[in-house]
Amino acid sequence: MILPHPLLGPRDASEFVYLGDASLLDRPEAGPPGAPEAAAIERFHAYQHLRANPAGPHRELWFHEQGDRSLLVVTRDTVTQQILSVELARDAAR
Amino acid sequence: MRLSKGGLIDRSETFEIRFDGRRIPAHPGDTVASALLAAGERLVARSFKHHRPRGIFSAGAEEPNALVGVGRGSRHEPNVRATVQEARPGLRLASQNRWPLLSVDAGAAADLAKPLLGAGFYYKTFMWPKAFWEKVYEPLIRNAAGLGRLSGRADPDPAEKRTRDCDLLVIGAGPAGLMAAREGARAGLRVVLAEEDFLLGGRLLAERETVGGVPGAEWAEGVRAELESLGVRVMARTAVFGVYDHGLYGALERGPGGRATLWRVHARRAVLAAGAIERPVAFEGNDRPGVMLAGAARAYLNRWAVAPGRKAVVFGAGDDAWRTAEAMAAAGLEAVIADARPVSALGPAPEGVKLFAGTVVSGTRGRLGLREVRLRSDRGERWVQADLLAASGGWSPSVHLSCHHRGRPVWDAGVGGFVPGADLPPGMSVAGAATGAWSTHAALRDGADAGRAAAEALGASVGAAEALPEAEDAPRRFAPLFLVHGAGKGAYVDLQNDVTVADVRQAEEEGFGAVEHLKRYTTLGMATDQGKTGNVLGLAALAQATGVSMGDAGTTIYRPPWTPVPISAFGGDHRGEAYRPALEAPSHAWAAARRASFVDSGAWKRAEWYVRGRERGWRDSVDREAALVREAVGICDVSTLGKIDVQGPDAAAFLDFVYANMMSSLAVGRCRYGLMLREDGFVFDDGTVARLGETHFLVTTTTANAGAVMRWMEFVRQGLRPDWDVTLISATDQWAQVAVAGPRSRTLLERVVAEDVSDAALPFMGWRDVTVGGVAGRVFRISFSGELAYELAVPARYGGALMERLMAAGADLGVAPYGTEALGVLRIEKGHAAGAELDGRTTAGDLGLGRMLSKKKDFLGRALAHREGLTDCERPALVGLRVVGEGALSAGAHLFAPGAGRTAAEDQGWVSSVAWSPAIGGMIGLGFLARGAERMGETVTASDPVRGRETDCEVVSPHFVDPDGERLRG
Repeated sequence: MILPHPLLGPRDASEFVYLGDASLLDRPEAGPPGAPEAAAIERFHAYQHLRANPAGPHRELWFHEQGDRSLLVVTRDTVTQQILSVELARDAAR
Repeated sequence: MRLSKGGLIDRSETFEIRFDGRRIPAHPGDTVASALLAAGERLVARSFKHHRPRGIFSAGAEEPNALVGVGRGSRHEPNVRATVQEARPGLRLASQNRWPLLSVDAGAAADLAKPLLGAGFYYKTFMWPKAFWEKVYEPLIRNAAGLGRLSGRADPDPAEKRTRDCDLLVIGAGPAGLMAAREGARAGLRVVLAEEDFLLGGRLLAERETVGGVPGAEWAEGVRAELESLGVRVMARTAVFGVYDHGLYGALERGPGGRATLWRVHARRAVLAAGAIERPVAFEGNDRPGVMLAGAARAYLNRWAVAPGRKAVVFGAGDDAWRTAEAMAAAGLEAVIADARPVSALGPAPEGVKLFAGTVVSGTRGRLGLREVRLRSDRGERWVQADLLAASGGWSPSVHLSCHHRGRPVWDAGVGGFVPGADLPPGMSVAGAATGAWSTHAALRDGADAGRAAAEALGASVGAAEALPEAEDAPRRFAPLFLVHGAGKGAYVDLQNDVTVADVRQAEEEGFGAVEHLKRYTTLGMATDQGKTGNVLGLAALAQATGVSMGDAGTTIYRPPWTPVPISAFGGDHRGEAYRPALEAPSHAWAAARRASFVDSGAWKRAEWYVRGRERGWRDSVDREAALVREAVGICDVSTLGKIDVQGPDAAAFLDFVYANMMSSLAVGRCRYGLMLREDGFVFDDGTVARLGETHFLVTTTTANAGAVMRWMEFVRQGLRPDWDVTLISATDQWAQVAVAGPRSRTLLERVVAEDVSDAALPFMGWRDVTVGGVAGRVFRISFSGELAYELAVPARYGGALMERLMAAGADLGVAPYGTEALGVLRIEKGHAAGAELDGRTTAGDLGLGRMLSKKKDFLGRALAHREGLTDCERPALVGLRVVGEGALSAGAHLFAPGAGRTAAEDQGWVSSVAWSPAIGGMIGLGFLARGAERMGETVTASDPVRGRETDCEVVSPHFVDPDGERLRG
């Protein structure tokens, strides 16, 4: 498997660590400091534990640990393995 | 028998190989198979299940029968195909799956028992008694059946692993592949041409035809020269075995000496020109030594100048049988043709060859080799003498690699075989006989087109097409021939797995008639040859039994590898010490010289204790080292702890977010213990944070989590807080850090650093810059042992020298090094959590650190740390355990109320760490006990059924030593 790194060009997947679903970038609001409200806990439960398992395009995080340590958001088709797009998580999260 | 002339062999040189000890002469250019046939060796193997005598069946990679063991001792390699293995001087070969001898094999009794050994026999036969399966039946069956055996020893010549990148990968160097590579290279592509054989030319090597007016092999050599001049990487002896994602191809190269190289070839485009594989015909007795594929017989005659027999029956229903008969006649050998087609469909017989039209082979005789063949026609049956039966049922395009991305081949009645379907792996095209284009001209044309198309797809400029070299382009005359009427339990469809037509029918009758079921019930198409010759014939038997068409019967899924790849090739030299690199602490060499014993800690080798004088067991050393730190001073290399340098205007805010407790309030020059949660609310890691400047921090992590914490922080920095101005860099390997611990540690430190390290200048949890022998370093006043202690850091290359200097300066103080075991004893005595407590299942509250969760800021893990299950007051919490009496306590034991049943419902917690404490003078432990904080003084029983231990313990504070922390502040 080859990932087209936006800064470094095509890189082998063995240089990366898979860090999970890119929805992890959408961290919910935890509310004011101290013990959070029930609704906040509920939001975090969904954020932390609930994942779609799509047959098709999937946005996911790949960390270039054996490289430049960029965190990438890769859109990969789980059926065809086609890489549909890659961007720096920094840009995606902004 | 070797023919007197011809062949692509070098007759000027003769050498010997040995087969079961017999000397076999061979020439350069021979395979083991051609040399054996030249020497008249017909019987070369025993079959997998029935132990039937078997000979050489093919002339290439598809060989099902002729598997031999190559080499001796640790260099022995089993299941090598004699048809692929090049002969080389001194090669030693041994037959397999026979005892005591190939010709007198006791296992051949299995052949007599064949009626009992039908499809799925051991699912049915060895059902009872159940306990016999593992102890009796399976070892018996495994011993009786099977292929070669591994040496069981490490290969002294480990495979190399290499990578190559190209624009165009051409798989197969027959006429189609050579043309594809040439057109690609002429258009300026970077081309790799991979060919399993040691010569280029493919089928041209086995035929007596011309290309462009010269013999095929000569033409192939000419193309090779041009390819090399164009910079094409020509990789002979290299089998592409798998097609992986994004243009990655796996290939196995065998050097002339047999040594393997595992290649990862990355290609933007690929042309599959893998050719085709001839199919056998199912008739009774079609497996005897002397029965061979017609095209293989021709290959031995033409390429190796070997007569695979003197008197041949050539059987088929198409041009291939005829060509073989002609080749026999041309070599001055006898041949008759048995052609299943009616006489009206046939032309005149070739010169010197007798033709039986409308005739099939219905049986054979000859115990260890073919003697007679039975011919059957409308006019009845007759036996004819023959020592070679060359049969051709037609050819199957070699579609395997085209199907590695789950594409399914489709049946093409015109081709008489399965051809690649539409779902090819991205970037791949197929050319030549692999698509069912049978003539040499068609292969040249297809290959050239595929090479040009690949170049165009990659944007290369493609010149005008050159005229193709003149080549054979006769229309193919044939009728597919699968099963001879009457074929049953002596008619093999899969020679390697001993699957007969009768087995296929039986499987269908017993409900295993779907193609994937058939495969698993009968083992059709399994093992090393993966049914290269047998699969399609097996499907034909299935289609006939079920009354469906070939296309509807379908094929099983094709998966890598196309050809057997030794697991050792995937491993390469990544074994033993090279399996995973070991990290050595900066003082490693120093410690090794001081009789340290080392333990793996993550990727690190750490000194676990140092043997001194006459100490005979590890406890002697560890007890001494632990007591030393409590009473005098010890030094310990703690460089393996992770160190992350955090800088930037937002560094303080970043650490506030990452740690559960407050870090922004830390003053410059001070250190603070930090606790980090995972987002699910459990404790992730702990360590100290030192504030080096207003915007500069140094974070330490546990040894085990150094990489994970760095990864986590990068995720947070880039993914959650992309707008913050903060940078991270790992500094773990840059610093040698040595703990100096014990009541005399300050005295020792004062002797080695130039600066003031008095309590006033460097209070507990402070740090400062120091110089040690002119080298700039830092000292942190932090303590893991609970004693007055420091950690002294200098650049990593001075690690050994620092230990040396501390030892010299502290000789009169009694200084000595201590290892990780003593470190463990000291921290258990102090109640400090480590890996066994921070196991990913414990909360800050469980560890007695609930108050560290800041109420003034947001931090990672805050929300879920407050969920119901994590704040339950019944959760087991950290306690100290002190053994009552003399019993032994084990980590992993579970805690019960005395007298309670040993059931999950009664389980009240577990023991996480244990040590024999010199300070307490007894066995102590840390553990997690339900409502532990309220139960001080109670007695609980630690139950360890694995070691058979039941140990009563008193529940105490986890702070066994100096609970008020007076020593470390002293």
